[in-house]
Amino acid sequence: MGAVFWKELADHLGSRRFFLLSLIILVVAGTSVYLGIQGFQQNPGAAQDFPYLRLFTTAPGALPSFLSFLAFFGPLLAVLLGFDAVNSEFTRGTVSRVLAQPIYRDAWINGKFLAGLATLGIVVVSIVLLIFGLGLFALGFPPDGPELARLGVFLVVALLYLGFWLALGILYSVLFRSTASSALAAVATWLFFTLFLYMIAGVVADQVVPVRADSPAEAWLRHENLRDFILRFSPVALFEEATLPILVPSYRGLSLLALLMQPGVPTNPLPLGQSLLVGWPQLVGLLALTSVCFAAAYLVFMRREIRTS
Amino acid sequence: MIVEAKGLKKEYRGVRALDGLDLAIAEGEIYGLLGPNGSGKTTTILILLGLTEPTAGAVRVCGHDPVREPLAVKRLVGYMPEKVGFYEELSAVENLRYITRLNGIPEGEARRRIAEALEQVGLREVAHRPVATFSHGMRQRLGLADVLVKRPKLAILDEPTSGIDPEGAAQILDLIRRLRDEAGMTVLLSSHLLHQVQRVCDRVGILHRGRMVAEGRVAELTASGGYLARVGRASPRLRARLEAEDWALAVEEVGPGELALTLAEDGRPALLRFVAEEGGVVLELRPKQPTLEEIYLRYFRE
Ligand SMILES: Nc1ncnc2c1ncn2[C@@H]1O[C@H](COP(=O)(O)OP(=O)(O)OP(=O)(O)O)[C@@H](O)[C@H]1O
Ligand SMILES: [Mg+2]
Repeated sequence: MGAVFWKELADHLGSRRFFLLSLIILVVAGTSVYLGIQGFQQNPGAAQDFPYLRLFTTAPGALPSFLSFLAFFGPLLAVLLGFDAVNSEFTRGTVSRVLAQPIYRDAWINGKFLAGLATLGIVVVSIVLLIFGLGLFALGFPPDGPELARLGVFLVVALLYLGFWLALGILYSVLFRSTASSALAAVATWLFFTLFLYMIAGVVADQVVPVRADSPAEAWLRHENLRDFILRFSPVALFEEATLPILVPSYRGLSLLALLMQPGVPTNPLPLGQSLLVGWPQLVGLLALTSVCFAAAYLVFMRREIRTS
Repeated sequence: MIVEAKGLKKEYRGVRALDGLDLAIAEGEIYGLLGPNGSGKTTTILILLGLTEPTAGAVRVCGHDPVREPLAVKRLVGYMPEKVGFYEELSAVENLRYITRLNGIPEGEARRRIAEALEQVGLREVAHRPVATFSHGMRQRLGLADVLVKRPKLAILDEPTSGIDPEGAAQILDLIRRLRDEAGMTVLLSSHLLHQVQRVCDRVGILHRGRMVAEGRVAELTASGGYLARVGRASPRLRARLEAEDWALAVEEVGPGELALTLAEDGRPALLRFVAEEGGVVLELRPKQPTLEEIYLRYFRE
């Protein structure tokens, strides 16, 4: 499997596709963080608790935070690394040559998956390091222990999330014979989960629990809960819910509305373990989704005939 | 027997690709699997390699079962697919390097084997060029090098000469023969051109609709087709005399004063005598070698 891993990793890192997408992520992430730092300089009070974590979750003005940005664009990078992993080997006619060598088919797929994951890891880690660098430059002091621990956990969760999308891309590359179809399916899925599901959730919630500005608070809450429930089917929402408690230490898994309705809920930061518990179900959900994609890709590929004509 | 298959059957949703095929190849043999398009050559090869599973039947390759021990088989067998593909942006050497790594061959040894294999197939000068710049013939030869770096006990080559000019094909076949003679490699190659591969194959098997319709040495299969002759300056009298004989199976006028005839083997002396007596000339007299097509047809009639 090592041979497959190193070859695929070299392919990824040298590909134009990877270069362009990481460039986009880098530029936008850099900009939003840069603006965040400017916000600190105008309002030094905001830099009091967990300033480094804030760099990841808040952004001034209309720009999305780094977190939402990663939740939105990260999948595109991941899914594009995987969508032609297997079917392009069929169209190039390399698959029968490679699988006539003494390696198992699952080792081949695993090597491809791990190489993709390593590539994503390199991107995410270098962006986080870049943000650290910018922060150090602007704030003048390094992140403290709890912040580093939380960022470490965040990195692992982010990789798990991107790993899901990579596994989905690889699944499509096994299911579809042509790379054009698998690319289309991959981008469609991405759009569905990042955009359409949010719209659908809103529309359904409006239909089932109609609310107006003067509706009672309970109606609003039910409306919100229904919407959140539908969104739980999206890995994007799962990721955001799983990472918010990690990056926002005072977050307790309640919406702003719920907080308003239940005065007296403390807003002081939770310890890391407690924060993890808040996002635990979402984490397990993400892991399950990734495993399902992977298992499906295995099942389809293991017994497929390796014929290139 | 390095390859042994009994009663192989393969069905694709109602299409019967193999229909009870038996195959046995001895060590050190060059065996040609012949047959028209769609006769089941590639399917047989995929089953031998464990790249597809037979619907029924038993297979052993180098003493292992490709379905249950695919890795043991793949360690010993080199395979060149019919549409051989490479990583286009990598060079010839890099493509081969990937294969040696997948086989766990140590780097130093791998470098030596790759250089040697590229030398053998005549690709040394282009070793570091990306495969994207290779012609079809060069790719085909690189496919052969890909098999060679593995030093397999058995090489399975699916249409190694397809789409290659006659001279290139002859070179490839000579190389295959040399490898067998020098390295003791067993070779199974498929083709639909009997005349091209008959020179190198010790034995051939002819497939049709998933069945072995004939098997044996090339000479045995192509023998007993009678003789063909062409006669010039033939007078009408000569023609009449020839047509009266039993051994002249067919007489045909192909040009002014020129006859083409098919004759049985025992008619040769008489033909020469008749032609001399009537003032004609024998332009050509050769054994009639049946084409692959004729062999198929002959075996179907039986
Ligand atoms: N995936 C498939 N689905 C259905 N039928 C198939 C499939 N693959 C092959 N066949 C059928 O199996 C039969 C044998 O095909 P095979 O590829 O073994 O022939 P071949 O002898 O290699 O032909 P060629 O000389 O064209 O390479 C053909 O009739 C073909 O249509
Ligand atoms: Mg074929």
